[in-house]
Amino acid sequence: MSHGRPTTRGPYVRPMRGWWRRDPFFVRYMVREATALAVLVYAIVLTVGVVRLAQGEAAFDGWLQALRSPASLLLHAVLLLSMVVHAHSWFEIMPKTMPIIFVGGRRLAARTIQRAGWAATVAVTVVVFALALWARG
Amino acid sequence: MKRSNAPIFWLLFGAGGMLSALLGTVLVFITGLAAPTGFTLGSDWMSYPRTLAFAQHWLGKGFLFVVIALFAWHAMHRLFHSLHDIGLHTGAIAKLVCYGGAALITLVAAAALLAIGF
Repeated sequence: MSHGRPTTRGPYVRPMRGWWRRDPFFVRYMVREATALAVLVYAIVLTVGVVRLAQGEAAFDGWLQALRSPASLLLHAVLLLSMVVHAHSWFEIMPKTMPIIFVGGRRLAARTIQRAGWAATVAVTVVVFALALWARG
Repeated sequence: MKRSNAPIFWLLFGAGGMLSALLGTVLVFITGLAAPTGFTLGSDWMSYPRTLAFAQHWLGKGFLFVVIALFAWHAMHRLFHSLHDIGLHTGAIAKLVCYGGAALITLVAAAALLAIGF
């Protein structure tokens, strides 16, 4: 207590710098949020591709050539990993973000929801890649 | 009371999040790694005539538009809400930049896809 004397000290403000490195839970949260960057970059890559496609064959071939560069392949390897992390974290939080489901009077377990999500992603991946192979002609 | 516009952005965020969780991995693998290198798909899988035919079909056109637009809205919404976490408290300007960016990507993709024709 300062007993009426004006204090020269400012109020304590808890420093927030690097707050998310304090707890593995926060680190997982930030990694989850960071996957949005990969989703954004991929949307931009596709948008550029569609624009180049509209501009004609020469422009589109330039885009294809850029995709074959080592920098692009490295970028897409990072994007691929980020998409896997995104899918995993998306289903990890899904039991908390979706309405509660009751089956036979019991709440549907979080594990079941997460596994169903993963199974759906695996199924979609297999079907889409099979379609891509089929479209090879 | 004025109606909030937040549910629209959350809806786009959720739809884009689900779509990218289901499709993101395989699409990045196909368009970014397999097709450019020719791995399993062959070297002309994404060639100009083939991609043009895909984008001219209403189904391919719709697919490209939905993927691009929802991925963009999902990502921009999430980035907007993460700015606070990394110490940027810019409010309305950040909102304008993020949602404006998503709207710009949507419009550019729509214009290009329409220019490609049917």
